[in-house]
Amino acid sequence: MPRQDPKVRARNYNEVALGYTEEMALEEAKRCIQCPKRPCVDGCPVNVDIPDFIKAIREDNMAEAVKILKTKNSLPGVCGRVCPQEVQCENLCTLGKRGAPIAIGRLERYVTDWGQSHGSKHKSSPGLPPSTGRKVAVIGSGPAGLTCAAALARLGHEVTIFEALHVAGGVLMYGIPEFRLPKHIVQAEVDYVKSLGVGINLDSVMGKLATVDELLKNGHDAVFLGTGAGLPMFMDIPGENLNGIYSANEFLTRVNLMKAYLFPEYDTPIKVGKRVAVIGGGNVAMDSARCALRLGADKVYIIYRRSRAEMPARHEEAENAEEEGIIFKLLTNPKRFIGNDQGWITTMECYEMELGEPDSSGRRRPIVKEDSEFIIDIDVAIVALGTTPNPLISSTTKGLETTRFGTVVADEETGKTTKDRVWAGGDIVTGAATVISAMGAGKRAAASIDTSLKEKS
Amino acid sequence: MFKIVAKEKLTPVITMLKVEAPGIARKVQPGQFVVVRVDEVGERFPISLADWDKEEGNITIVIMEVGTSTRKLTCLSEGDYILNLAGPLGLPAHIENFGRVVCAGGCYGIGAILPIARALKELGNEVISIIEGRSKNLLYWQEPLRQASNELIITTGDGSCGYKGWVYDPLKEMLEKGEKIDRVFAHGCNYMMQLCSETTKHFGVKTMVSLNPIMVDGTGMCGVCRVSVGGITRFACVDGPEFDGHEVDWELLAVRRQSYIEEEISSLEWWESQRWCMTRTTCVETKGGAKTKAED
Repeated sequence: MPRQDPKVRARNYNEVALGYTEEMALEEAKRCIQCPKRPCVDGCPVNVDIPDFIKAIREDNMAEAVKILKTKNSLPGVCGRVCPQEVQCENLCTLGKRGAPIAIGRLERYVTDWGQSHGSKHKSSPGLPPSTGRKVAVIGSGPAGLTCAAALARLGHEVTIFEALHVAGGVLMYGIPEFRLPKHIVQAEVDYVKSLGVGINLDSVMGKLATVDELLKNGHDAVFLGTGAGLPMFMDIPGENLNGIYSANEFLTRVNLMKAYLFPEYDTPIKVGKRVAVIGGGNVAMDSARCALRLGADKVYIIYRRSRAEMPARHEEAENAEEEGIIFKLLTNPKRFIGNDQGWITTMECYEMELGEPDSSGRRRPIVKEDSEFIIDIDVAIVALGTTPNPLISSTTKGLETTRFGTVVADEETGKTTKDRVWAGGDIVTGAATVISAMGAGKRAAASIDTSLKEKS
Repeated sequence: MFKIVAKEKLTPVITMLKVEAPGIARKVQPGQFVVVRVDEVGERFPISLADWDKEEGNITIVIMEVGTSTRKLTCLSEGDYILNLAGPLGLPAHIENFGRVVCAGGCYGIGAILPIARALKELGNEVISIIEGRSKNLLYWQEPLRQASNELIITTGDGSCGYKGWVYDPLKEMLEKGEKIDRVFAHGCNYMMQLCSETTKHFGVKTMVSLNPIMVDGTGMCGVCRVSVGGITRFACVDGPEFDGHEVDWELLAVRRQSYIEEEISSLEWWESQRWCMTRTTCVETKGGAKTKAED
């Protein structure tokens, strides 16, 4: 797929991957052998009818392709961009055994973008069933919440989403940067969910403005918790509260949600300086590093304690980052941050690491090399070591069992929690994971909620 | 969108806004705050809740003008709307019958201490409220505070009203005289809360302060509000804002609050220059006759 030139894109916020042209999409779609086993569908957490939408592309019936996609997936424009297809649908593609699998993600993106640019003319009319009179509250408007809400609305239930922030979309809006997932794409998908009749209440911090029990008491038949994993983790090492040290959540929120890159037209400021160190090796670390570069930093380091092979980021994202000039300092771990007399970070002391025996995650455990300390001069550090669930809901909801990691206990198949009439899905159940796995959980929970509402009626 | 139903300029730099927010008014408890975003390009920032009316469904905030966001907010008039308002956030203040309690307020904290004093008195505490201002014209809400307290002590830096000095001066006198004080609550600028805490520490009187670090989301998501209390890093937005003043690392708080001081100045300059352009254009259009909102 064509991409912006690394030197150019490293200084703008436009989307890096440019998407297929019509010819490219057709050519790729023609490669699909329409095998009868359809293994790709099993690889998709929301079971999109992949061969069918590819067939529609081949037949140049784009409106049909859009319709097929949207039947199973409420957020295809998002999934076509941020799903790790290489370990899901594409990984199981029959063609992949002999050569390159079908680029399902790219085709999905092409179809959705076609649908958005051809607007109302080809708008797949949802054709909603009559109202069941049942009300469901969905807490959180990220991937899990949006998917669950859309699925329930399609079944005729009255759904209201409660979102704490001032825009809907959750991590899709505050977390993933514009150049990887343009915000107008997210907005269009949110608008689509609204077009199904879903109400979205912004500025509504549940657990504070109302508790889950109050929602259930005040006319909601069921509640779905999709509040994600919003609490940033820090390392608890000396100097971590110096000025200039951000959590990735804060840094990305300032950039993506608050548009700090447009300061002073936008009021939210951000500091970048010349040298930035991002600590962590996941997609969020890559996003932070690439944002820092676009904000004008000269040198941006990824500091990761294991080697490239263990890096949790998608291969494609790490490659994008490297092409743009991000410097990978692997087998490196911070020991402490050092500041000046004004309380600003100036340097970071690091250890060199080496890999030992595999740990419980199956990856080789990083071990500190003795007397290996060295110094890196930096102006800003961004800690991207993961997030844990926000306890605002669990701490105010009686009867909702949580694990010692703060995640909500829920049945994997149905999303049912230990509390009657309450379901949960996404990062709040699994801890930080992917957009698509949260969507899968939202979809399964919607089916279970629907069954339960029908049983009771 | 949240409608402003009343506005009052309390001092030259402090404004009160009464805002329609029935959901928040129904749930709020003393010591909690809201996060505000004034307009589409605005930042998110926290403001203490100074009063509320559950029946009428409104909340009252007291704003001190310090930068772009607070200037924007106080430029709004009755009938205007605040774009975003989320709350009630933070843990409520811990309030019980302690016995004899001092409530200290300065700047915007004169407003923020009111619901705390009222709740304490309702639970049977003897409440002595002390407020401070550089001069008489910077004081406000003496009457509601007098009603919410058993005694109100007024201090001014220049002696233009009441006791000449600052909040902690009468507090210190009381403690030195051996008066029984079971608990102190302090709301106001950092420095005032720090000095109150230092005053009482010597006498071992527990002092609760309401910390005001920079915040973005206000729900625990970003971690910019981290403060050190008793050597442990806490998020003021979800673990606070109320903390034991004797345990707070005041120097760290002061330094972290200064993180964006240059940007705050440039942002205000930029905004004022924009407003100036807008004002001028409007004036030219109306042949210099009309009074614009910016001049209000």
